Amino acid sequence: MARKLPMYKAIAEAIAQEMEKDENVFVMGEDIGAYGGIFGATTGLLEKFGPERIRDTPISESAFIGAALGAASKGMRPIVELMFVDFFGVAMDQIYNHIAKAHYMSGGQVKMPVVIMTAMGGGYSDAAQHSQCLYGLFAHVPGLKIVIPSNSYDAKGLMISAIRDDNPVMYFFHKGLMGLGWMPSPPEATVEVPEEPYTVPIGEAKVVRKGSDVTIVGVAKTVHEAAWAAEELEKEGISAEVIDLRSLVPLDKKTLLNSVKKTGRLVVVDEDYRSYGMSGEVIATVVENGISLEAPPVRVAYPDVPVPYSRVLEKYVLPDKEKVINAVKSIM
Amino acid sequence: MKIYKNDLFFIFGLMKEEVCDMEKVEEIPKETLLEIYKTMHKIRTYEETLAEWYYKGKTPRFDISAGPIPGELHLSSGQESAAVGVCMHLKPEDALIGTHRAHHFAIAKGVDLKKMTAEIFGKATGLSRGKGGHMHLFDANVNFSCSGIVGASFPQAVGVGIAAKLKGEDYVAVAVGGDGAANQGTFHEALNMAAIWKLPVIFVIEDNSWAISVPKEKSTAVSKNSERAAAYGIPGVSVDGTDVVAVYEVAKEAVERARRGEGPSLIEIKVYRLRGHFEGDPQHYRPKEDLELARQKDPLMNFEKLLLEKGIVTEDELNKIKEENIREVQEAIDFAVNSPYPEPEEALKGVFAGGE
Ligand SMILES: Cc1ncc(C[n+]2csc(CCOP(=O)(O)OP(=O)(O)O)c2C)c(N)n1
Ligand SMILES: [Mg+2]
Repeated sequence: MARKLPMYKAIAEAIAQEMEKDENVFVMGEDIGAYGGIFGATTGLLEKFGPERIRDTPISESAFIGAALGAASKGMRPIVELMFVDFFGVAMDQIYNHIAKAHYMSGGQVKMPVVIMTAMGGGYSDAAQHSQCLYGLFAHVPGLKIVIPSNSYDAKGLMISAIRDDNPVMYFFHKGLMGLGWMPSPPEATVEVPEEPYTVPIGEAKVVRKGSDVTIVGVAKTVHEAAWAAEELEKEGISAEVIDLRSLVPLDKKTLLNSVKKTGRLVVVDEDYRSYGMSGEVIATVVENGISLEAPPVRVAYPDVPVPYSRVLEKYVLPDKEKVINAVKSIM
Repeated sequence: MKIYKNDLFFIFGLMKEEVCDMEKVEEIPKETLLEIYKTMHKIRTYEETLAEWYYKGKTPRFDISAGPIPGELHLSSGQESAAVGVCMHLKPEDALIGTHRAHHFAIAKGVDLKKMTAEIFGKATGLSRGKGGHMHLFDANVNFSCSGIVGASFPQAVGVGIAAKLKGEDYVAVAVGGDGAANQGTFHEALNMAAIWKLPVIFVIEDNSWAISVPKEKSTAVSKNSERAAAYGIPGVSVDGTDVVAVYEVAKEAVERARRGEGPSLIEIKVYRLRGHFEGDPQHYRPKEDLELARQKDPLMNFEKLLLEKGIVTEDELNKIKEENIREVQEAIDFAVNSPYPEPEEALKGVFAGGE
């Protein structure tokens, strides 16, 4: 049976079902217990599983994320919530020098089935230290799988895959897709979600809209901006194909390349910083594979500035439907 | 009202035995007491007025992105004594580095109220032209800054202390953190560094017993964060923030000690959070009695009562102060509301010094 669920409930349901199935799964993070997670991703878990398995931590990210490594080395499957991805700075050593590298450095002796789940994204004036996406930064580091759902169906399936994966998975959710009620969220993010457990494979992109003139690639919120843009472009006779990457690592090159081969045009929409990131990686992947484009690829990415606070300023820099439409038209 | 001594320091004699109580009030000049009252009342008036504005456009349905003040808003009502008690001893050259909840310290430190308000409203006339926002207030004129990252202040204050030492100046640095922030590694690293280098730093832990929904007793291995000073060989004192005079006295000693070049101190100020962690916080996790307790421990109410009971001020005098504050806050709000928003292109400017 499927019913419409907001993303935050889909994530909590995925965790609950895996916790019921596997006693090695447990959760640590700030305000994940009684509060249910600031963005609701652990709603109801404390009541179901108690404080031993749903552990509210002190504000000690380095310690509890590092602790995930220790627990994983003993066969546990920890899920840790980094409340906002922007806070990674206080804990990055444990993430990128240890969790990401333990399997490789140990010659495969140590497995790291750790899920680091974290909130990303702006659009509600939370300013420079609470609005970033930063997935490009983590995708840059070898050893971390990166998944980013754009709707509640994928959110549940990707969370279950992430928990079952024997590797560290960074699970990003966009605050503006969670369906929280107190923060705007598009209806397209709240979709039918089966009650029973299921997986969405890590490393599989999804063509969310078929088209023939141009390929628009996005993740999370920008998938919706791209889809809305495609709808408008359709009215003007431009047929856009929209790809939701869903995973950055591993990147589903096949889906990407097949689409661009067909359309010959590429627009990448990225809420993360423009330089040295996802948008560049996608374009490089296409170019490296010798696909000849009919026009230079375009990125609609977050410019290389910190996220400003004032609404007018933030709106100016955030990728949105209008910017995507203009980008597409610029290469038609 | 008692100041709790860190036992170890008591033993080592690093602090004189001294129990401060309300009697102290009589030794403090009336103007000083009135200044303390005025600033505390201004803070409260400011925070409660801001709350009203915050909910405009957010009712009936709360939408964090809507209204004249979008984004998060962490107000300091109930915690005024910490800011005022400490900042009374600071000069503009002294640095104060605050947290995500910093309006009270900003006001007490003398941050330009109009520009601060305009910043919170996201206006071009704001302290940072609308780029920083409520959690990232900077006023270089009075050496004030704050951050949305828990625990960020402590090491930064150490650096100010190094600068004072290298430049041979007598300014001090105050780093503020909540009870939650004391569990961040930066707190421990910074205390140790300030101690080994004997830097003019005052570490202030504003203990409101909560880090969002997590109560201090579930996150902190010791009952008083002041005890942690012992691990770094510096004085640590806990003081009841219900009594602003007690905070004033303790802070005085720590600031003077720092100015004399005798090194850092840690002050833990027990306060109570009168509102949610942020506005819109349903506070399901918080027992009703806890909020009730916060209301009883209201430092502004208690100070006002004391001033009147001791006959230090008359109702009329207080009313005059209140009216002045209400007017000043209203002027700041008017300034913010009537100011223009920045030009959108401003978003792209100012990443680096020395050019666009
Ligand atoms: C490094 C980091 N971790 C987590 C957070 C999220 N956060 C913001 S405020 C807060 C609680 C802070 O508690 P405390 O230090 O006691 O200050 P209070 O809010 O009580 O004033 C948390 C967990 C953050 N901003 N930065
Ligand atoms: Mg606190």
